[in-house]
Amino acid sequence: MIKQTLMAAAVAAALAAPGTASAVTDAEMEDLRQQVQQMKREYEQRIEALEQRLQQAEGSTRKAESTAATAAGVAAKAEARSARAESAAVQANNHPTSEGAFNPAVSVILNGVYNNLSEDPARFRITGFAPTGGDVAPGQRGFSLGESELALAANVDQNFRGTLIATLQPDDRVGVEEAYMQTLGLSHGLMLKAGRFFSSVGYLNEVHAHAWDFTDAPLANKVFLGGQLADDGLQLRWLAPTDTYFELGAEAGRGRSFPGSNRDKNGAGAANLFARLGGDIGTGTAWRLGLSNLRTTAQNRSYTDSNSLGVQVDNSFNGASRLWVLDGILKWAPEGNATETNLKLQGEYFRRNEDGNLSYDTAAVTAAGTRTGTLRSAQSGWYAQGVYQFMPMWRVGYRYDRLNSGSVNLGLVDSGALGAADFPIYSRYNPTRNTLMLDFSPSEFSRLRLQFANDKSRLDASDRQVFLQYIMSLGAHGAHNF
Amino acid sequence: MKKIIATLMAGMLWLLAQPASAALKVLACEPEWGSLVQELAGDKVSVTSATTALQDAHHIEARPSLIARARNADLVICTGSELEIGWLPLLLRQSGNERIQPGKPGYLEASQLVPRLEIPKALDRALGDIHPEGNPHIQLDPRNIAKVAQVLGDRLVQLDPANAETYHSRTAAFLARWNTAIKRWEAEAAPLKGLTTVVYHQNMSYLNAWLGMREVGSLEPKPGVPPTAAHLAELVGRMQAAPAKVIVYVAYNNPQAAQFLSERTRIPAVMLPFTVGGSDKAKDLFGLFDDTLARLLAVAK
Repeated sequence: MIKQTLMAAAVAAALAAPGTASAVTDAEMEDLRQQVQQMKREYEQRIEALEQRLQQAEGSTRKAESTAATAAGVAAKAEARSARAESAAVQANNHPTSEGAFNPAVSVILNGVYNNLSEDPARFRITGFAPTGGDVAPGQRGFSLGESELALAANVDQNFRGTLIATLQPDDRVGVEEAYMQTLGLSHGLMLKAGRFFSSVGYLNEVHAHAWDFTDAPLANKVFLGGQLADDGLQLRWLAPTDTYFELGAEAGRGRSFPGSNRDKNGAGAANLFARLGGDIGTGTAWRLGLSNLRTTAQNRSYTDSNSLGVQVDNSFNGASRLWVLDGILKWAPEGNATETNLKLQGEYFRRNEDGNLSYDTAAVTAAGTRTGTLRSAQSGWYAQGVYQFMPMWRVGYRYDRLNSGSVNLGLVDSGALGAADFPIYSRYNPTRNTLMLDFSPSEFSRLRLQFANDKSRLDASDRQVFLQYIMSLGAHGAHNF
Repeated sequence: MKKIIATLMAGMLWLLAQPASAALKVLACEPEWGSLVQELAGDKVSVTSATTALQDAHHIEARPSLIARARNADLVICTGSELEIGWLPLLLRQSGNERIQPGKPGYLEASQLVPRLEIPKALDRALGDIHPEGNPHIQLDPRNIAKVAQVLGDRLVQLDPANAETYHSRTAAFLARWNTAIKRWEAEAAPLKGLTTVVYHQNMSYLNAWLGMREVGSLEPKPGVPPTAAHLAELVGRMQAAPAKVIVYVAYNNPQAAQFLSERTRIPAVMLPFTVGGSDKAKDLFGLFDDTLARLLAVAK
């Protein structure tokens, strides 16, 4: 039925074509024109109706679909003769809208792990570096649910876009990982972001955990940024109008978490400046280099340590922390076609200086009570990793981590008031870790990963770790940064 | 140190002081649109394409060089219909360029200008990488190119009224040549009517609809899912029972799966350029269709 009507439409439309009128005389021409106009009007309406029927036919069955495809070809031919029918057809292509059409894009990340660890994760620490209070220890032994993510995002209006990413922890806690608004094309290469967001310090800090190439963060990110730094504040970026990618950015924030601390003060507790440079080498290689400088002022940034007698004491730091991060990433694929094979190399170098006072035993549990002295430290660390997709869906990766506890000068130790053994967390030690990873991604929405690591974060033990992990993305199609 | 900072500052001021180049800057997501812009605008524009014919436009990244190009673009022309969903939204958001945001004259989605085929009635990722707005691979029906050219010509005039004359005359000239070519291609392609094909990905639907060819199978078990051994084995069985005339894959596909099927079923496999630059002869849009038809006709006999 559809086919017949369409055939009729096509024949009529073909008649309406100016080309067929070439053989007739001028007198007949005018007459023909009249007829053609008449037919055009009739068939425009019919084509409109046909286009709608086509929509139905396309979806219903495979057979109907191929009929519809043929029909669409015929219809398209007829349609070319009429501008009005064309616009009707384009409209017919659009889905009907509803109130729900304005709902934000929703996506969910599901994440689960099986951990096999030779050392107790509850006693995890990284010797030589002040604990960050962040979520840096490997998860529980055995099966456990990882962090689930719920993300909502949409354009607010012509000027702003809003994003909320909530995390659901396996222990039933709900957190706000990111919640920010950003401008949409502010012009002159400017972009403004406000709210809670992952700081653009280094490369990996901005990347969501589900998009990491390894199950856990590099040791350097753990000791210098508490795993991942998300601050409350503002970010302004400026992209230079050059053919080479060059971007400058500044962030001002509360400094609510390590390396800063929550404080009751006006003004900003953290400031980050960053610059990025990037480009292509041929068609197959893309690279980016970045340099960031994060400055925070900590107020009563506390941690727990055990003194030389084994008594648990609380210590706290007041002062300035300055962190430099140099990061680089390079991605290669043959001819830039990453579907078959591709290689990703990535590395970051961190260097931190802290200058201020360290208060020992703030809760005064020892007989001598609270004592305060100076603290001056210079510490560094880096990681380098490579991930290679050797065939579609399969990737293998290796990462090397190294930290240098550097120099930590404590006034309380220098003056002889306390011994170095009263600050075991500041023992001189250079933690290292070797990590090997294999993952399988049946689609861009699912990933299964096996990871082995030999983690020498602790002075006294090396932790042999096996992680088996799944990461699933549901809902709206996410787009990941380079 | 002070000297370095002074040099840097001077360098940045110099960058800022650079006069904007006279030519309209166009970023095309795919080579076919870059080529079309070139046809309609000649030397009045400087065009770059975000992808090449050897890259799958579904799967590239918003890499730094593309962000830099988007920053300076006066016009971004893309296929749309979510073909570039993995990278284009990021590119637009990070560009800090208000002229190319959706809804502005500097943003053009070609697929919105033509009737799209295969609009799915059910949206489920279990069905593979499907596009809610229909099949986005519209460029292999030359009548779609003509429709896009019409709108693109007007858009160039709107963005750069100073060169309106050039855009009007070049667009008219292009469409005249193009419509003549379509007639020629349709005549040449008459033997292809009813030709049964096995495709790699569902990206031949518009070509099939135009020439009356029929897709009877695909190497991908589901759209966007790479060929699997089990699926290929099943396809070999089906093709031995009821063989298709030709196996079609495109320049950026790995030819292995097509060759595997071809060897076992004796059905010829043919690589199609798919877009401008996909083969030596597909140097422009005319070459793209000339070569596509020539390759199909060579195996269809």
